Amino acid sequence: MLLIDCPFCGKRPEVEFHCGGEAHIARPADPAQVDDAIWAEHLFVRKNPRGLHAERWRHLHGCGQWFNALRDTYTDRFVETYKAGEQPKHPLTETRA
Amino acid sequence: MRRFSLASLLKEAVDGHQGWGRQWRAPDPKPAYDVVIVGGGGHGLATAYYLATVHGITNVAVLEKGWIGGGNTGRNTTIIRSNYLYDESAHLYEHALKLWEGLSQELNYNVMFSQRGVLMLAHNAHDVQSFKRHVYANRLNGIDNEWLSAEECKAFCPPLDISPDVRYPVVGGALQRRAGTARHDAVAWGYARGADARGVDIIQNCEVTGVRRDASGAATGVETTRGFIRAGRIGVVAAGNTSRVMAMADVRMPLESYPLQALVSEPVKPVFPCVVMSNAVHAYISQSDKGELVIGAGTDQYTSYSQQGGLHITTHTLDAICEIFPQFTRMRMLRSWGGIVDVTPDRSPIIGRTPVDNLFVNCGWGTGGFKATPGSGHVFAHTLATGQPHPINAPFTLDRFRTGRLIDEAAAAAVAH
Repeated sequence: MLLIDCPFCGKRPEVEFHCGGEAHIARPADPAQVDDAIWAEHLFVRKNPRGLHAERWRHLHGCGQWFNALRDTYTDRFVETYKAGEQPKHPLTETRA
Repeated sequence: MRRFSLASLLKEAVDGHQGWGRQWRAPDPKPAYDVVIVGGGGHGLATAYYLATVHGITNVAVLEKGWIGGGNTGRNTTIIRSNYLYDESAHLYEHALKLWEGLSQELNYNVMFSQRGVLMLAHNAHDVQSFKRHVYANRLNGIDNEWLSAEECKAFCPPLDISPDVRYPVVGGALQRRAGTARHDAVAWGYARGADARGVDIIQNCEVTGVRRDASGAATGVETTRGFIRAGRIGVVAAGNTSRVMAMADVRMPLESYPLQALVSEPVKPVFPCVVMSNAVHAYISQSDKGELVIGAGTDQYTSYSQQGGLHITTHTLDAICEIFPQFTRMRMLRSWGGIVDVTPDRSPIIGRTPVDNLFVNCGWGTGGFKATPGSGHVFAHTLATGQPHPINAPFTLDRFRTGRLIDEAAAAAVAH
Protein backbone atom coordinates (compact mmCIF):
# COMPACT_ATOMS: atom_id res chain seq x y z
CA MET A 1 0.00 0.00 0.00
CA LEU A 2 1.27 3.44 -0.90
CA LEU A 3 1.94 6.15 1.65
CA ILE A 4 0.73 9.41 0.15
CA ASP A 5 1.70 12.87 1.33
CA CYS A 6 -1.48 14.95 1.07
CA PRO A 7 -0.43 18.62 0.72
CA PHE A 8 -3.17 19.52 3.22
CA CYS A 9 -3.07 16.66 5.76
CA GLY A 10 0.37 15.03 5.52
CA LYS A 11 1.18 11.36 5.06
CA ARG A 12 -1.79 9.01 4.97
CA PRO A 13 -2.35 5.44 3.69
CA GLU A 14 -3.47 4.90 0.11
CA VAL A 15 -6.90 3.55 1.07
CA GLU A 16 -7.91 7.08 2.10
CA PHE A 17 -7.32 8.30 -1.47
CA HIS A 18 -8.88 8.04 -4.89
CA CYS A 19 -6.62 8.20 -7.94
CA GLY A 20 -7.93 10.46 -10.70
CA GLY A 21 -5.51 9.52 -13.48
CA GLU A 22 -3.16 11.68 -15.54
CA ALA A 23 -2.90 15.33 -14.47
CA HIS A 24 -2.61 18.56 -16.45
CA ILE A 25 -5.04 17.52 -19.20
CA ALA A 26 -6.82 20.70 -20.25
CA ARG A 27 -10.27 20.57 -21.79
CA PRO A 28 -10.27 22.20 -25.27
CA ALA A 29 -10.87 25.93 -24.74
CA ASP A 30 -13.39 26.27 -27.57
CA PRO A 31 -15.18 22.91 -27.85
CA ALA A 32 -17.13 23.85 -30.98
CA GLN A 33 -13.95 24.52 -32.94
CA VAL A 34 -12.32 21.18 -32.16
CA ASP A 35 -12.52 18.10 -34.43
CA ASP A 36 -13.11 14.48 -33.40
CA ALA A 37 -9.41 13.59 -33.39
CA ILE A 38 -8.64 16.26 -30.79
CA TRP A 39 -11.63 15.18 -28.69
CA ALA A 40 -10.39 11.58 -28.82
CA GLU A 41 -6.95 12.77 -27.74
CA HIS A 42 -8.47 14.75 -24.86
CA LEU A 43 -10.85 12.04 -23.68
CA PHE A 44 -8.98 8.79 -24.25
CA VAL A 45 -5.30 9.09 -25.14
CA ARG A 46 -2.90 8.95 -22.20
CA LYS A 47 0.88 9.20 -21.78
CA ASN A 48 1.05 6.03 -19.68
CA PRO A 49 4.82 6.37 -19.13
CA ARG A 50 7.19 4.02 -17.39
CA GLY A 51 8.85 6.57 -15.18
CA LEU A 52 7.69 9.89 -13.80
CA HIS A 53 3.94 10.42 -14.08
CA ALA A 54 1.99 13.50 -13.05
CA GLU A 55 -1.37 12.37 -11.75
CA ARG A 56 -4.39 13.62 -9.84
CA TRP A 57 -5.37 12.27 -6.45
CA ARG A 58 -8.22 13.10 -4.12
CA HIS A 59 -8.02 12.69 -0.36
CA LEU A 60 -11.47 11.13 -0.41
CA HIS A 61 -11.67 9.91 3.18
CA GLY A 62 -9.77 12.88 4.60
CA CYS A 63 -9.92 16.53 3.63
CA GLY A 64 -11.69 15.74 0.34
CA GLN A 65 -9.32 17.94 -1.66
CA TRP A 66 -7.96 17.21 -5.12
CA PHE A 67 -4.20 17.60 -5.56
CA ASN A 68 -1.47 16.48 -7.95
CA ALA A 69 1.40 14.08 -7.47
CA LEU A 70 4.53 13.09 -9.30
CA ARG A 71 5.13 9.35 -9.02
CA ASP A 72 7.62 6.96 -10.63
CA THR A 73 5.46 4.23 -12.18
CA TYR A 74 8.36 1.77 -12.17
CA THR A 75 9.03 1.91 -8.42
CA ASP A 76 5.65 3.37 -7.33
CA ARG A 77 7.63 5.94 -5.26
CA PHE A 78 6.15 9.42 -4.93
CA VAL A 79 8.62 12.14 -5.89
CA GLU A 80 6.43 15.04 -4.78
CA THR A 81 2.86 16.12 -4.23
CA TYR A 82 1.61 19.61 -5.04
CA LYS A 83 -1.63 21.55 -5.05
CA ALA A 84 -4.03 21.63 -7.99
CA GLY A 85 -3.20 24.44 -10.39
CA GLU A 86 0.52 24.29 -9.59
CA GLN A 87 3.32 22.74 -11.63
CA PRO A 88 5.73 20.08 -10.25
CA LYS A 89 9.25 21.10 -9.18
CA HIS A 90 10.84 18.12 -10.93
CA PRO A 91 11.04 18.15 -14.73
CA LEU A 92 8.48 15.79 -16.24
CA THR A 93 10.75 14.85 -19.13
CA GLU A 94 12.63 12.26 -17.06
CA THR A 95 11.37 8.86 -18.16
CA ARG A 96 12.97 5.55 -17.55
CA ALA A 97 14.54 3.74 -20.51
CA MET B 1 9.21 -31.10 -35.23
CA ARG B 2 9.06 -34.44 -33.52
CA ARG B 3 5.43 -35.43 -33.03
CA PHE B 4 4.36 -36.47 -29.57
CA SER B 5 2.43 -39.72 -29.55
CA LEU B 6 1.97 -42.89 -27.52
CA ALA B 7 4.68 -44.49 -29.68
CA SER B 8 7.18 -41.68 -28.94
CA LEU B 9 6.35 -41.89 -25.24
CA LEU B 10 6.88 -45.66 -25.17
CA LYS B 11 10.17 -45.32 -27.06
CA GLU B 12 11.46 -42.72 -24.61
CA ALA B 13 10.28 -44.80 -21.65
CA VAL B 14 12.40 -47.69 -22.91
CA ASP B 15 15.38 -45.39 -23.64
CA GLY B 16 15.25 -43.69 -20.23
CA HIS B 17 13.82 -40.39 -21.51
CA GLN B 18 17.20 -39.28 -22.85
CA GLY B 19 15.94 -38.38 -26.32
CA TRP B 20 13.60 -35.45 -25.63
CA GLY B 21 15.27 -32.54 -27.39
CA ARG B 22 14.65 -28.82 -27.27
CA GLN B 23 11.21 -27.91 -28.54
CA TRP B 24 12.30 -24.76 -30.37
CA ARG B 25 15.61 -23.37 -31.61
CA ALA B 26 17.45 -20.33 -30.21
CA PRO B 27 18.44 -18.64 -33.48
CA ASP B 28 20.38 -15.41 -33.93
CA PRO B 29 18.26 -12.72 -35.57
CA LYS B 30 18.48 -12.45 -39.36
CA PRO B 31 18.96 -8.96 -40.86
CA ALA B 32 15.43 -8.89 -42.28
CA TYR B 33 12.05 -10.58 -41.97
CA ASP B 34 8.70 -10.31 -43.75
CA VAL B 35 6.99 -9.87 -40.39
CA VAL B 36 8.48 -9.00 -37.00
CA ILE B 37 6.28 -9.55 -33.96
CA VAL B 38 7.20 -7.56 -30.86
CA GLY B 39 6.29 -9.60 -27.80
CA GLY B 40 6.63 -13.34 -27.21
CA GLY B 41 3.57 -13.97 -25.10
CA GLY B 42 0.69 -16.23 -26.03
CA HIS B 43 -0.88 -13.67 -28.39
CA GLY B 44 2.38 -12.94 -30.22
CA LEU B 45 3.35 -16.61 -30.55
CA ALA B 46 -0.17 -17.52 -31.71
CA THR B 47 0.06 -14.75 -34.32
CA ALA B 48 3.34 -16.19 -35.61
CA TYR B 49 1.88 -19.71 -35.64
CA TYR B 50 -1.18 -18.71 -37.69
CA LEU B 51 0.91 -16.56 -40.03
CA ALA B 52 2.86 -19.74 -40.82
CA THR B 53 0.02 -22.26 -40.91
CA VAL B 54 -2.89 -20.25 -42.35
CA HIS B 55 -1.10 -17.71 -44.53
CA GLY B 56 2.13 -19.52 -45.43
CA ILE B 57 4.27 -16.63 -44.17
CA THR B 58 7.21 -18.25 -42.42
CA ASN B 59 9.91 -15.57 -42.68
CA VAL B 60 8.78 -14.28 -39.30
CA ALA B 61 10.56 -13.35 -36.08
CA VAL B 62 9.05 -13.12 -32.61
CA LEU B 63 11.14 -10.76 -30.44
CA GLU B 64 10.83 -11.20 -26.70
CA LYS B 65 12.72 -9.03 -24.19
CA GLY B 66 12.66 -11.74 -21.51
CA TRP B 67 11.61 -15.35 -21.98
CA ILE B 68 8.51 -16.45 -23.88
CA GLY B 69 5.35 -16.63 -21.83
CA GLY B 70 7.05 -14.82 -18.93
CA GLY B 71 4.73 -11.83 -18.92
CA ASN B 72 0.97 -11.88 -18.56
CA THR B 73 0.75 -15.30 -20.26
CA GLY B 74 2.33 -16.81 -17.14
CA ARG B 75 0.54 -14.51 -14.69
CA ASN B 76 -3.17 -14.96 -15.39
CA THR B 77 -5.75 -17.21 -13.75
CA THR B 78 -6.19 -19.32 -16.95
CA ILE B 79 -9.95 -18.84 -17.22
CA ILE B 80 -11.53 -19.26 -20.65
CA ARG B 81 -15.10 -18.23 -21.51
CA SER B 82 -16.98 -16.42 -24.27
CA ASN B 83 -20.16 -15.16 -22.58
CA TYR B 84 -19.64 -11.49 -23.48
CA LEU B 85 -22.63 -9.21 -23.89
CA TYR B 86 -22.02 -7.28 -27.12
CA ASP B 87 -22.04 -8.94 -30.54
CA GLU B 88 -18.53 -7.78 -31.46
CA SER B 89 -16.96 -9.18 -28.29
CA ALA B 90 -19.08 -12.33 -28.35
CA HIS B 91 -17.92 -13.16 -31.87
CA LEU B 92 -14.29 -12.50 -30.98
CA TYR B 93 -14.20 -14.58 -27.80
CA GLU B 94 -16.35 -17.36 -29.28
CA HIS B 95 -13.94 -17.54 -32.22
CA ALA B 96 -11.19 -18.08 -29.63
CA LEU B 97 -13.21 -20.65 -27.66
CA LYS B 98 -13.83 -22.70 -30.81
CA LEU B 99 -10.08 -22.72 -31.51
CA TRP B 100 -9.40 -23.74 -27.89
CA GLU B 101 -11.64 -26.78 -28.37
CA GLY B 102 -9.29 -28.27 -30.96
CA LEU B 103 -6.03 -26.67 -29.85
CA SER B 104 -4.25 -29.62 -28.21
CA GLN B 105 -4.81 -31.74 -31.34
CA GLU B 106 -3.86 -28.90 -33.68
CA LEU B 107 -0.61 -28.16 -31.85
CA ASN B 108 0.14 -31.79 -30.97
CA TYR B 109 0.78 -30.34 -27.50
CA ASN B 110 -1.39 -30.87 -24.45
CA VAL B 111 -2.61 -27.45 -23.35
CA MET B 112 -4.79 -29.18 -20.73
CA PHE B 113 -7.91 -27.37 -21.89
CA SER B 114 -10.62 -28.38 -19.45
CA GLN B 115 -14.24 -27.39 -20.12
CA ARG B 116 -15.25 -27.58 -16.50
CA GLY B 117 -17.74 -24.71 -16.74
CA VAL B 118 -17.73 -21.12 -15.50
CA LEU B 119 -20.50 -20.25 -13.06
CA MET B 120 -21.24 -16.57 -12.39
CA LEU B 121 -23.12 -16.07 -9.14
CA ALA B 122 -26.03 -13.69 -8.79
CA HIS B 123 -26.53 -12.23 -5.31
CA ASN B 124 -29.30 -9.69 -5.86
CA ALA B 125 -32.09 -8.61 -8.19
CA HIS B 126 -29.78 -6.49 -10.30
CA ASP B 127 -27.40 -9.43 -10.86
CA VAL B 128 -30.33 -11.63 -11.88
CA GLN B 129 -31.56 -9.13 -14.47
CA SER B 130 -28.07 -8.45 -15.79
CA PHE B 131 -27.07 -12.12 -16.06
CA LYS B 132 -30.34 -13.13 -17.71
CA ARG B 133 -29.75 -10.39 -20.26
CA HIS B 134 -26.29 -11.89 -20.87
CA VAL B 135 -27.78 -15.38 -21.21
CA TYR B 136 -30.31 -14.23 -23.82
CA ALA B 137 -27.77 -12.12 -25.72
CA ASN B 138 -25.32 -15.04 -25.79
CA ARG B 139 -27.98 -17.45 -27.06
CA LEU B 140 -28.88 -15.07 -29.89
CA ASN B 141 -25.21 -15.27 -30.88
CA GLY B 142 -25.20 -19.06 -30.71
CA ILE B 143 -23.12 -19.13 -27.52
CA ASP B 144 -24.07 -21.51 -24.73
CA ASN B 145 -25.03 -19.85 -21.47
CA GLU B 146 -27.82 -20.89 -19.19
CA TRP B 147 -29.60 -19.64 -16.09
CA LEU B 148 -29.46 -21.83 -13.00
CA SER B 149 -31.54 -21.58 -9.84
CA ALA B 150 -29.70 -21.54 -6.51
CA GLU B 151 -30.41 -25.28 -6.09
CA GLU B 152 -29.05 -26.00 -9.56
CA CYS B 153 -25.93 -23.94 -8.74
CA LYS B 154 -25.42 -26.07 -5.61
CA ALA B 155 -25.83 -29.28 -7.63
CA PHE B 156 -23.25 -28.08 -10.17
CA CYS B 157 -20.83 -26.74 -7.56
CA PRO B 158 -21.30 -28.60 -4.23
CA PRO B 159 -18.92 -26.37 -2.17
CA LEU B 160 -21.40 -23.49 -2.52
CA ASP B 161 -23.46 -22.49 0.49
CA ILE B 162 -26.90 -21.45 -0.74
CA SER B 163 -28.57 -20.91 2.63
CA PRO B 164 -30.45 -17.60 2.65
CA ASP B 165 -28.89 -16.25 5.85
CA VAL B 166 -25.28 -15.87 4.55
CA ARG B 167 -23.81 -12.46 3.91
CA TYR B 168 -23.89 -12.83 0.11
CA PRO B 169 -26.85 -15.15 -0.58
CA VAL B 170 -26.77 -17.02 -3.89
CA VAL B 171 -30.05 -16.40 -5.71
CA GLY B 172 -28.99 -18.05 -8.97
CA GLY B 173 -26.23 -18.10 -11.51
CA ALA B 174 -25.30 -18.01 -15.18
CA LEU B 175 -23.39 -21.09 -16.34
CA GLN B 176 -21.35 -21.47 -19.50
CA ARG B 177 -20.62 -25.21 -19.65
CA ARG B 178 -18.12 -24.97 -22.53
CA ALA B 179 -16.00 -22.50 -20.58
CA GLY B 180 -13.14 -23.62 -18.38
CA THR B 181 -9.40 -23.41 -17.91
CA ALA B 182 -6.15 -24.34 -19.68
CA ARG B 183 -2.49 -24.64 -18.75
CA HIS B 184 -1.12 -21.19 -19.61
CA ASP B 185 2.58 -22.08 -20.03
CA ALA B 186 1.68 -24.96 -22.34
CA VAL B 187 -0.19 -22.53 -24.59
CA ALA B 188 2.95 -20.40 -25.09
CA TRP B 189 5.17 -23.47 -25.47
CA GLY B 190 2.81 -25.26 -27.85
CA TYR B 191 2.49 -22.25 -30.15
CA ALA B 192 6.25 -21.62 -29.97
CA ARG B 193 7.01 -25.23 -30.90
CA GLY B 194 4.51 -25.21 -33.78
CA ALA B 195 5.71 -21.86 -35.14
CA ASP B 196 9.39 -22.79 -34.81
CA ALA B 197 8.83 -26.05 -36.68
CA ARG B 198 7.50 -24.04 -39.62
CA GLY B 199 10.50 -21.73 -39.74
CA VAL B 200 9.56 -18.88 -37.40
CA ASP B 201 12.54 -17.51 -35.44
CA ILE B 202 11.75 -17.09 -31.74
CA ILE B 203 14.36 -14.70 -30.37
CA GLN B 204 14.42 -14.37 -26.59
CA ASN B 205 16.35 -11.80 -24.53
CA CYS B 206 16.00 -9.35 -27.40
CA GLU B 207 14.38 -6.06 -26.39
CA VAL B 208 13.04 -3.62 -28.94
CA THR B 209 14.49 -0.16 -28.27
CA GLY B 210 13.27 1.79 -31.30
CA VAL B 211 11.15 1.74 -34.44
CA ARG B 212 12.89 2.96 -37.60
CA ARG B 213 10.78 4.87 -40.12
CA ASP B 214 11.54 6.03 -43.67
CA ALA B 215 11.04 9.48 -45.20
CA SER B 216 7.34 8.76 -45.89
CA GLY B 217 6.83 7.86 -42.23
CA ALA B 218 6.34 4.13 -42.84
CA ALA B 219 7.95 1.72 -40.39
CA THR B 220 10.89 -0.20 -41.89
CA GLY B 221 12.24 -2.16 -38.95
CA VAL B 222 13.07 -2.24 -35.27
CA GLU B 223 16.17 -1.34 -33.30
CA THR B 224 16.87 -4.02 -30.71
CA THR B 225 19.45 -4.89 -28.10
CA ARG B 226 20.75 -7.35 -30.71
CA GLY B 227 20.96 -4.84 -33.55
CA PHE B 228 18.67 -3.46 -36.23
CA ILE B 229 16.17 -5.87 -37.77
CA ARG B 230 14.45 -4.86 -41.02
CA ALA B 231 10.77 -5.79 -41.26
CA GLY B 232 8.15 -5.75 -44.00
CA ARG B 233 5.47 -5.42 -41.38
CA ILE B 234 5.67 -5.04 -37.61
CA GLY B 235 3.06 -6.40 -35.22
CA VAL B 236 3.22 -4.99 -31.69
CA VAL B 237 1.77 -7.45 -29.16
CA ALA B 238 3.40 -6.05 -26.03
CA ALA B 239 0.50 -5.99 -23.54
CA GLY B 240 1.31 -3.65 -20.62
CA ASN B 241 4.30 -2.18 -22.45
CA THR B 242 2.40 -1.33 -25.65
CA SER B 243 2.31 2.41 -24.87
CA ARG B 244 6.11 2.41 -24.59
CA VAL B 245 6.72 0.49 -27.83
CA MET B 246 4.20 2.57 -29.77
CA ALA B 247 5.79 5.77 -28.42
CA MET B 248 8.98 4.69 -30.23
CA ALA B 249 6.99 5.20 -33.46
CA ASP B 250 5.43 8.44 -32.15
CA VAL B 251 1.98 6.85 -31.82
CA ARG B 252 0.08 7.83 -28.68
CA MET B 253 -2.32 5.17 -27.44
CA PRO B 254 -5.62 5.21 -25.52
CA LEU B 255 -4.15 2.85 -22.95
CA GLU B 256 -3.27 2.82 -19.28
CA SER B 257 -1.19 0.07 -17.65
CA TYR B 258 -2.33 -1.23 -14.28
CA PRO B 259 -1.07 -3.96 -11.93
CA LEU B 260 -3.40 -6.96 -11.74
CA GLN B 261 -2.78 -9.54 -9.04
CA ALA B 262 -3.53 -13.21 -8.59
CA LEU B 263 -2.64 -15.78 -5.97
CA VAL B 264 -2.67 -19.51 -5.36
CA SER B 265 -3.11 -21.55 -2.19
CA GLU B 266 -1.22 -24.58 -1.02
CA PRO B 267 -2.23 -27.64 -3.09
CA VAL B 268 -5.04 -29.80 -1.73
CA LYS B 269 -7.06 -32.75 -2.99
CA PRO B 270 -9.79 -32.01 -5.55
CA VAL B 271 -12.42 -29.92 -3.78
CA PHE B 272 -13.59 -27.48 -6.41
CA PRO B 273 -15.07 -28.78 -9.69
CA CYS B 274 -15.52 -25.65 -11.77
CA VAL B 275 -14.75 -21.93 -12.00
CA VAL B 276 -16.94 -19.67 -9.87
CA MET B 277 -17.04 -15.92 -10.33
CA SER B 278 -18.89 -13.39 -8.24
CA ASN B 279 -18.81 -9.98 -9.84
CA ALA B 280 -20.81 -8.33 -7.06
CA VAL B 281 -18.19 -9.05 -4.39
CA HIS B 282 -15.29 -9.34 -6.85
CA ALA B 283 -14.05 -12.85 -6.28
CA TYR B 284 -13.27 -15.66 -8.62
CA ILE B 285 -11.81 -19.02 -7.89
CA SER B 286 -10.96 -22.34 -9.47
CA GLN B 287 -8.69 -25.28 -8.63
CA SER B 288 -5.73 -26.16 -10.79
CA ASP B 289 -4.96 -29.75 -11.72
CA LYS B 290 -2.01 -29.48 -9.32
CA GLY B 291 -4.51 -28.85 -6.53
CA GLU B 292 -3.91 -25.17 -5.82
CA LEU B 293 -6.87 -22.85 -5.49
CA VAL B 294 -6.34 -20.15 -8.11
CA ILE B 295 -7.78 -16.79 -7.08
CA GLY B 296 -7.89 -13.61 -9.10
CA ALA B 297 -7.77 -10.19 -7.44
CA GLY B 298 -8.47 -6.77 -8.91
CA THR B 299 -6.37 -4.00 -10.38
CA ASP B 300 -4.80 -1.23 -8.36
CA GLN B 301 -6.23 2.24 -8.85
CA TYR B 302 -3.01 3.79 -10.21
CA THR B 303 -0.97 3.03 -13.34
CA SER B 304 2.24 1.13 -12.73
CA TYR B 305 4.92 -0.99 -14.40
CA SER B 306 6.15 -2.49 -11.12
CA GLN B 307 4.54 -5.95 -11.62
CA GLN B 308 3.33 -5.81 -8.03
CA GLY B 309 0.24 -4.40 -6.44
CA GLY B 310 -1.03 -3.39 -3.04
CA LEU B 311 -1.63 -6.01 -0.35
CA HIS B 312 -5.04 -4.52 0.41
CA ILE B 313 -6.19 -5.51 -3.10
CA THR B 314 -5.52 -9.22 -2.52
CA THR B 315 -6.85 -9.01 1.04
CA HIS B 316 -10.10 -7.57 -0.26
CA THR B 317 -10.52 -10.50 -2.65
CA LEU B 318 -9.67 -13.05 0.06
CA ASP B 319 -12.26 -11.44 2.34
CA ALA B 320 -14.88 -12.11 -0.33
CA ILE B 321 -13.64 -15.67 -1.00
CA CYS B 322 -13.75 -16.51 2.71
CA GLU B 323 -17.22 -15.03 2.99
CA ILE B 324 -18.60 -17.15 0.14
CA PHE B 325 -16.54 -20.29 0.88
CA PRO B 326 -15.93 -20.38 4.67
CA GLN B 327 -14.36 -23.86 4.28
CA PHE B 328 -11.27 -22.16 2.76
CA THR B 329 -10.62 -19.74 5.64
CA ARG B 330 -7.87 -21.93 7.14
CA MET B 331 -6.01 -22.53 3.90
CA ARG B 332 -2.66 -20.85 3.42
CA MET B 333 -1.82 -18.82 0.37
CA LEU B 334 1.39 -20.01 -1.26
CA ARG B 335 2.24 -17.37 -3.84
CA SER B 336 0.90 -14.07 -5.13
CA TRP B 337 2.11 -12.02 -8.07
CA GLY B 338 1.21 -9.14 -10.33
CA GLY B 339 1.13 -8.56 -14.06
CA ILE B 340 0.84 -5.28 -15.94
CA VAL B 341 -2.34 -5.10 -18.00
CA ASP B 342 -3.04 -2.51 -20.71
CA VAL B 343 -6.57 -1.21 -20.30
CA THR B 344 -8.54 0.70 -22.95
CA PRO B 345 -11.27 3.21 -22.07
CA ASP B 346 -14.01 0.79 -23.23
CA ARG B 347 -12.30 -2.38 -21.89
CA SER B 348 -12.23 -3.91 -25.39
CA PRO B 349 -9.02 -4.71 -27.28
CA ILE B 350 -7.46 -2.84 -30.18
CA ILE B 351 -6.48 -5.12 -33.08
CA GLY B 352 -5.49 -3.61 -36.39
CA ARG B 353 -3.73 -0.87 -38.31
CA THR B 354 -2.13 2.23 -36.82
CA PRO B 355 -1.51 5.68 -38.34
CA VAL B 356 2.01 4.44 -39.23
CA ASP B 357 2.19 2.29 -42.39
CA ASN B 358 3.47 -1.27 -41.87
CA LEU B 359 2.95 -0.94 -38.11
CA PHE B 360 0.10 -2.98 -36.63
CA VAL B 361 -0.99 -3.37 -33.03
CA ASN B 362 -2.81 -5.99 -30.97
CA CYS B 363 -3.31 -4.65 -27.45
CA GLY B 364 -5.76 -3.45 -24.84
CA TRP B 365 -6.81 -6.92 -23.67
CA GLY B 366 -6.82 -5.48 -20.17
CA THR B 367 -7.68 -7.91 -17.42
CA GLY B 368 -8.97 -10.70 -19.69
CA GLY B 369 -6.65 -11.53 -22.55
CA PHE B 370 -5.66 -15.13 -21.86
CA LYS B 371 -8.99 -16.60 -22.94
CA ALA B 372 -8.68 -14.90 -26.32
CA THR B 373 -5.15 -16.12 -27.13
CA PRO B 374 -5.94 -18.41 -30.11
CA GLY B 375 -8.58 -16.13 -31.62
CA SER B 376 -6.48 -13.02 -31.11
CA GLY B 377 -3.51 -14.62 -32.85
CA HIS B 378 -5.70 -15.96 -35.66
CA VAL B 379 -7.34 -12.64 -36.59
CA PHE B 380 -4.15 -10.61 -36.06
CA ALA B 381 -2.25 -12.98 -38.37
CA HIS B 382 -4.95 -12.33 -40.99
CA THR B 383 -4.54 -8.57 -40.47
CA LEU B 384 -0.74 -8.76 -40.77
CA ALA B 385 -0.85 -11.06 -43.80
CA THR B 386 -3.45 -9.16 -45.83
CA GLY B 387 -3.11 -5.64 -44.44
CA GLN B 388 -6.86 -5.71 -43.79
CA PRO B 389 -8.78 -6.78 -40.69
CA HIS B 390 -10.55 -10.12 -40.46
CA PRO B 391 -14.35 -9.53 -40.22
CA ILE B 392 -14.13 -10.55 -36.55
CA ASN B 393 -11.59 -7.88 -35.56
CA ALA B 394 -12.87 -5.19 -37.95
CA PRO B 395 -14.80 -3.38 -35.16
CA PHE B 396 -11.77 -3.34 -32.83
CA THR B 397 -9.95 -0.46 -34.51
CA LEU B 398 -7.77 2.17 -32.92
CA ASP B 399 -9.92 4.70 -34.80
CA ARG B 400 -13.07 3.83 -32.82
CA PHE B 401 -12.02 6.29 -30.12
CA ARG B 402 -12.26 9.05 -32.73
CA THR B 403 -15.47 7.87 -34.41
CA GLY B 404 -17.17 7.05 -31.11
CA ARG B 405 -18.10 3.48 -32.07
CA LEU B 406 -16.92 2.10 -28.73
CA ILE B 407 -17.53 -1.50 -27.66
CA ASP B 408 -18.31 -0.73 -24.07
CA GLU B 409 -17.72 -4.01 -22.26
CA ALA B 410 -16.64 -1.94 -19.26
CA ALA B 411 -20.26 -1.13 -18.56
CA ALA B 412 -21.42 -4.61 -19.54
CA ALA B 413 -19.00 -6.72 -17.52
CA ALA B 414 -18.62 -4.50 -14.42
CA VAL B 415 -15.46 -6.11 -13.06
CA ALA B 416 -14.07 -9.56 -13.57
CA HIS B 417 -12.86 -10.50 -17.04
